[in-house]
Order: sequence, then structure tokens, then C-alpha cells
Amino acid sequence: MSTATYVSKRAGDGKVTLPRVVTAEWIKFRSLRSSWITLVVAAALTIGFGALFCWATMSRWDHLPAEERAAFTPAEHSLRGFFMAQMAIGVLGVLVVTGEYSTGMIRASLSAVPKRLPVLWAKALVFGAVTWVVATASVLVAFFVGQSILAGKHLDTTLSAPGVTRVVFGMGLYLTAVGLLAVALGTLIRNTAGGIASVFGVLMVLPLLSEALPSSWQDHIVPYLPSNAGQALTHVTQAPHEMAPWPGFGLLCGYVVVALVAAAAVLKRRDA
Amino acid sequence: MIEAVGLTKSYGPKTAVQDLSFSVRPGIVTGFLGPNGAGKSTTMRMLLGLDTPTSGHATVNGRRYADHPAPLREVGAMLEARAIHTGRSARNHLLALAATHGIPTSRVDEVIDLVGLREVARRRAGGFSLGMGQRLGIASALLGDPATLILDEPVNGLDPEGILWIRNLLKSLAAEGRTVLVSSHLMSEMALTAEHLIVIGRGRLIADTSVADFTAGASRGGVRVRTPQADELAVLLRELPGAMVAVEDEPGVLTVEGTDSEAVGRLAAEHRVVLYELTPRQASLEEAFMELTRDAVEYEAVVRPAELVKESAA
Ligand SMILES: Nc1ncnc2c1ncn2[C@@H]1O[C@H](COP(=O)(O)OP(=O)(O)OP(=O)(O)O)[C@@H](O)[C@H]1O
Ligand SMILES: [Mg+2]
Repeated sequence: MSTATYVSKRAGDGKVTLPRVVTAEWIKFRSLRSSWITLVVAAALTIGFGALFCWATMSRWDHLPAEERAAFTPAEHSLRGFFMAQMAIGVLGVLVVTGEYSTGMIRASLSAVPKRLPVLWAKALVFGAVTWVVATASVLVAFFVGQSILAGKHLDTTLSAPGVTRVVFGMGLYLTAVGLLAVALGTLIRNTAGGIASVFGVLMVLPLLSEALPSSWQDHIVPYLPSNAGQALTHVTQAPHEMAPWPGFGLLCGYVVVALVAAAAVLKRRDA
Repeated sequence: MIEAVGLTKSYGPKTAVQDLSFSVRPGIVTGFLGPNGAGKSTTMRMLLGLDTPTSGHATVNGRRYADHPAPLREVGAMLEARAIHTGRSARNHLLALAATHGIPTSRVDEVIDLVGLREVARRRAGGFSLGMGQRLGIASALLGDPATLILDEPVNGLDPEGILWIRNLLKSLAAEGRTVLVSSHLMSEMALTAEHLIVIGRGRLIADTSVADFTAGASRGGVRVRTPQADELAVLLRELPGAMVAVEDEPGVLTVEGTDSEAVGRLAAEHRVVLYELTPRQASLEEAFMELTRDAVEYEAVVRPAELVKESAA
């Protein structure tokens, strides 16, 4: 029996730092095939549905009623695939966290980083950055593909038209915020099915449910729902009662921050 | 050095660990034993700060686990359930853990070789056999070259070769001066691996003893006597103070507890009883362990074999 206490020597002398945890989360993210498959699906939905909507509208254009023609906005139309893409991004954002709980990986993650919060911040940072890049790139592609289709009837617009740049880049920001909201909900709920259901609930069911409210209430609630507030940034002109673009997106960011702070509090406190 | 002071953990009304205090010294392998549900895994999770104790606290090398600036270089752990994402390769799993501490890639490859996973390191961990999964768990634990190792049932699911490998690995790690805490259900396995034992049952400390003392204590196991005059001898033995006699199913065989073979032999000679056999019976370590934890078994069959024996003997 030896009495000298062992001192670690073969593993460097690094401490846990936030940049290192970010590197670790990036390795984790890129080493799962499901990450890439879901991102490709999100991009394909954005571009594919955008093109499909543009093509359908263009081919029916001559038969469309006048009021529909008047309401037509080519920029928004080419980005309508976002509605499906936000679900793919929401699912992936949930999985980034709940995939660790369902496999037990979370115990390894939290043993390596027992302060815990850096894990959440790093996940949000990595997933937010990846989502922003992929979403912005695919939104740009969807925009140009859509406009080239609409050009067949000279319905197309350009990035330099009023509000269009804001709408195109705003869509990338909106999708990023949705991804971060999903990371927070995944951390709060810790269960894949429940997390995905809650993302669907917030983004799709809440707006539908609120339409059942008396119309005098609707004006006070509907515009301030996370999805509607954030999507204000992706509209060229605002509908009546809709929030202004940047305040609307600011409110969505507020919801995301609240959700992330709640997730942090829960992650710190709960047993892993 | 691991120290637990008054560790208590309740899950709702259920108390999994109650007022548990012990310390684990460096330089030896310490076995952490207890029947199913005794609270071994819960205790280990509390040592790692994964579960917060309801009361009490635990330190590793003088600090709470979470207060170490580089926890993986302080403590390496392998927990009961596999803590590995099934979709990720073994190497990427280790690379991600290493990245949190700036541990170089060369160390990742080193531990992969050490546990013999080189061939499969780039395959998805989800497809690993039980034994490969355990090896990956050991590799994760050794990654930071830690002074303290906490391993929850590392031999679980390993073949004999794997068990031998773990046994030797743990001994050599301890011989380097590390603190090694290993949980197990198997007393016999721990007797071969560990030098010290911490035994718990129903969340409470039952024994904190060296393996040598435990083994010595386990040897008082009664005396087996075979005689053609069994009934006569049984009457005589029952008069010996402290002796308990059980008549076995096998004709002419008695089991005597609470006395030794010398006393039985002398008594038989005094009363001219013929003995065919007089054997001090050594309780196996496993029996001694079950004896020790009998009242602290969490989940048990409705009728215990030990009780059956007593009843038929009475
Ligand atoms: N998260 C939890 N929630 C509720 N009860 C729990 C939880 N974890 C453990 N328990 C209970 O605490 C007790 C101790 O469990 P633990 O897993 O620590 O035992 P163990 O000694 O590791 O058992 P085994 O040998 O079967 O692995 C058990 O009764 C178990 O049901
Ligand atoms: Mg256990």
C-alpha cells in the first residue's frame, strides 16, 4: 500500500472555462448524425416550400381575385416554408437537451461541468449560432429561388425594395429565437415528447386557441404571443393590431430570455 | 480521499440514504457493498454533486466536487446507468468530455487504448455490447488521470476475462496512490479486489471494516456433526450454554451453532457418543454478507431460504 496521494499528471492542467464548454458542445452537436439531418430538413423545407408556394401562385395568378393580388407580397411569399422549418428547428433545439436526458449523457456532461450553467449557455450559444447560419443561408436561397420563379410573371422583388432586407434577415433571426426557445423548453421539461409538444403548443396551438377568445380580448392578446410578436419582423407591412417589427421581435427575445433564465434555475436546482 | 458526513437523501417520503458517514482512504481499493436498493448509486451521485443531499455533505480531496476547478482531473466516475449518448462514437464522446478541461486529444487516444476499444472507437456507442459500454465508462473515468475513482458496479455484465482485467486495473490504480471506491453486490468479488469495505443497507451504514477483519469474522459458521446417536447427542448439546442445535434432513446429521468443534468433540467423548464426522463449517463470505444485511434487505423474496432452514430445524 502506498501512502503518497496521487496527483493527476497525464491530462494537462486545464480548468473548466466557458470557451472550453462551448468547444465541447460543438463537438457534441456535430458528432450526431441527427443534428445534420434535421438541419438539412429545415433548409429543404424553407427552400422547397418557398419555391412551391411561388410556383403555385404564379401559375394561378391570372385567376386570382383582385384583393388577393393586392395583398400579395413576393418577399414574404418566397419565405413561407419557414412555417414548417421552424418545427424542424424546434425539434432539434429540444433534442439538443433532451437527447442527453434520455440517454443518460447528461450525467457525464454535468459531472464534467458541475457548475452546470455553462452547459446551458454553451448549448444555447452553439445551437443559436448554427441555427442562425443555416436559417439565414437557406432563407436567402429560398428568397432568390422564389423571386426567380415569380419573375415569370414579373411579380418578383429585390433585396433593395423597402423592408425586404429586414424581412429576409429577420426570418433568420426569428428562426434562431425559435431554436433558443426550444433549448430552454427542452431543459425545463427534460423529456423529448413533452418538449416537442410544448414547442408546438407555443408556436402553433396558442395562436389557434386565442382565436377562440372574444374578439375584444384578441386584440390585447394575439399580437403579443411569442410567434406573432416575432413574426412581425418578417412582414413587409404590418397588419392592423400587429406589433411593429423590432418591438415585436424584441418581445419574442424577452420570452426567450425568460425561458432560458427559468431553465437555468431549474437545471441548477434539480437532481440530474 | 472521499469524506461523507451525515449524508441523507429523501425522494419524497422515501429515504434512500440516511445519515451516512464514512471516509475512503487513498492507496487501497474500497468496496462499497449493499443489497439492491441499499442506496449505493444514490450515495455515489451525491458524491458527484449530481443529486443534492437532503442534509449532510460530501467532499473529495477536501472540497465539494462542484467546487473543484477541474473536476475530471480530481475525480473520475462511472455511474450505474450508461452516461453516453447512443448516437455518438466512443471517441467523440471522450473528445467532448476532454474539451471541457482542455485535455489533449493524445490523452483521449491513450485511454481508448488502455481499455482496449481502439478498433471500435469510431463506431456509435449505441451498438456497443454491455462489456464494451463498461470499458467506455472506465475510459471516461480515467480521462482526467484523476486521483480519485468512483465506479458503480464496474464488473456488471463483464465476462470472466473482463472481471479479471477490472480487478487488476483497480488494484494497480490504487497502488499508484489513488483513492478507489467501487460498488458491488458481490462480496466474493470484493474480497478479491478490495482491502476495505463499507457495507450499507436501507441507506444506513452497517459495517466499515477491513476485508481481513470481515473474512475472519465470517468464519464462525457452526459445526457439522454426523453420528449414529443423533437424538442422544442433540439432547446433550442443548444443555451446553449458548449452543443451538439444528437437526438436518440428512439422517444423523446435526448442525451446532454457538459453540466450537472442540466442545462438541469433548462432550461426545464424555458421554461415549460415536462421531463419524465433526466439521467446523466456514460460512462463505456471501453468506456472511447476507447475514449482515439480512435485516436491511430492501427487496426480497417472500420466504427467505434461511428462514426455511430454521423452521425445519426447530
Ligand atoms: N430518483 C429517484 N427517485 C425516487 N427514488 C429513488 C431515486 N433514486 C433512487 N431511489 C430509491 O432509493 C433507493 C436506493 O436506490 P439506489 O439506486 O441508490 O440503490 P443501489 O444500492 O444502487 O441499488 P442496486 O444495487 O440495485 O443498484 C431505492 O429504494 C430506490 O428506489
Ligand atoms: Mg445501484
